Amino acid sequence: MNVRTVLFVLLAVVLWGCKTTQEVEGDVAVEDQGIPAGEAAEAYAAGQEGRAGVSPLDDPNSPLAVRVIYFEFDSSEILPEYRKTVEAHAAYLAANSNVIVTLEGHADERGSREYNLALGERRSQSVQRQMSLLGASPGQIRTVSYGEERPAVNGHDESAWSRNRRVEILY
Amino acid sequence: MPRKNPFPILALLASLLAAGPAAAIEIIIDRGVKDPIPVAIVPFGWSQASSLPPMDLAAVITNDLARSGRFAAMDEPDLPQRPADFQDINFRDWRLLGMENLVIGRLNLTDTGDYVVDFRLVDVYKERQIAGFRIPTSEEQLRRTAHEISDIIYEKLIGVRGAFATRIVYITVNEKKDGTKKYTLQIADADGYNPQILLESTEPLLSPSWSPDGRKLAYVSFEGKNSAVYIQDILTGKREKIASNPGINSAPAWSPDGNSLALTLSKDGNPEIYILNLASRQFRRLTQSEAIDTEPAWANDGRTLAFTSDRGGGPQIYEVSVNGGQPRRLSFSGAYNARPRYSPDGRYLAVVNGEGGAYRIALLEWETGRMTVLTTSRLDESPSFAPNGHMIIYTTTGARGTALAAISTDGTVQQRLALQEGEVREPAWGPFLSR
Repeated sequence: MNVRTVLFVLLAVVLWGCKTTQEVEGDVAVEDQGIPAGEAAEAYAAGQEGRAGVSPLDDPNSPLAVRVIYFEFDSSEILPEYRKTVEAHAAYLAANSNVIVTLEGHADERGSREYNLALGERRSQSVQRQMSLLGASPGQIRTVSYGEERPAVNGHDESAWSRNRRVEILY
Repeated sequence: MPRKNPFPILALLASLLAAGPAAAIEIIIDRGVKDPIPVAIVPFGWSQASSLPPMDLAAVITNDLARSGRFAAMDEPDLPQRPADFQDINFRDWRLLGMENLVIGRLNLTDTGDYVVDFRLVDVYKERQIAGFRIPTSEEQLRRTAHEISDIIYEKLIGVRGAFATRIVYITVNEKKDGTKKYTLQIADADGYNPQILLESTEPLLSPSWSPDGRKLAYVSFEGKNSAVYIQDILTGKREKIASNPGINSAPAWSPDGNSLALTLSKDGNPEIYILNLASRQFRRLTQSEAIDTEPAWANDGRTLAFTSDRGGGPQIYEVSVNGGQPRRLSFSGAYNARPRYSPDGRYLAVVNGEGGAYRIALLEWETGRMTVLTTSRLDESPSFAPNGHMIIYTTTGARGTALAAISTDGTVQQRLALQEGEVREPAWGPFLSR
């Protein structure tokens, strides 16, 4: 599947999702009496059948629930197994232009600290680039690198290192 | 300038007032040279018979010389006699023990409450003084005077100025019970004594860099939720944020003339080397590539900079003129070379060399490209030369996290620097203090 086909499919899914959303919005207005009249409810595009009243960000079954992307050693390439995750977040951002996400880039501890700071940034920019290609607007995405300074796992072997080479998606 | 998080400043003020209750670093010698120079340091005479001397200068000198790995210093209980003056030396006693060199001295309290230290370095076999000095000093400076004496002895017997009367800075990391971390930037004497906290933070600190006059430090702090470069006056604690652009702001390196700071900024898309003129506060970009360019280091003449770049695929060492232009690759040995630092004599670059899954400190003779790996551990980083070029202090990672270690540039002397609690990393050895 080439990029254009992917985009077309995504667009179709998003548009279809929008139709579904209008129905969901109606349900939300009926069930949630707490919202005062005149206050705009948040429109959630689920890109799939959304359950009434549940934000896709809180849905544990949604691909949006995946908030960490892992990388190979010395690489900033997004592995195939994370494409779906990136797509889902990009779609969410594309449909919710007021939402801002921070991509935090990290590296494992090996080698020099400053070079690892740059590696972490390269990883977060890699995810940022993919998301932009998939419809998120640049203003919605912030990137920051912590290099090796914020390990997720303390340890000095590949099992720890592989879990520290990551980008965290933070809403 | 409004600060988002006042905590580091408050902590800094607190630590200045409290004179830093930081844990001391203990230096342990793991390996010395094969034929250390025998030397005996006799406890100095003390002018006030009725009280104990305020400092045991001989003990400090003995520790300095023994820790250097190049001297075999005699244990105090084994001394056959305790002369304080040249005419009291019984040379035969010392020759029988094979003691080639003898250090004797006196500590005198003056009428004004200051001190004068006299010392002599004596050649036992020739029965002649090699060096003798009279050093006026004060109570607070006594320990430093002892280090200065060690420096002179080192210079007379080895031929290179000693680096005992110098200071180091480093970062400590402690994990609190709630799982959060506390980072400090600390300064201590080169023997680990008198540690003082210069900065405390709940966010990471890295890359401390000394100004050539030894009065200021530049470093990277994440207190603003992103990397930013600060300059801090060591004596006053006054600090200033000098780079906080979007993206990376890091790897500060002071120029040898003290007028500029090289640093890494990624604000223009990817990490590049910039030079900041400290007077005009103007930034000038030095590198132009799509690759990562970082970790600048100034050559001693201030005309070229070495840096890390992965423009060739993986990180390697390059050099570029301070006026910009096409960089030249310097490292060709090993899949990974980063974090260059020039030796004081300018002939070598200490680097982090990665090969076969191990990251070690190596010396790159940049003119020939010859790479000599020094350390044998597997996760080493951040080398920093002593100002006399004899030792390299660096960070090594073991089961309990990061710790400091030091190795001589010929690989023969190995030291461990032990901190009681927590991790230590990112050491930077300060310049010679003026004599």
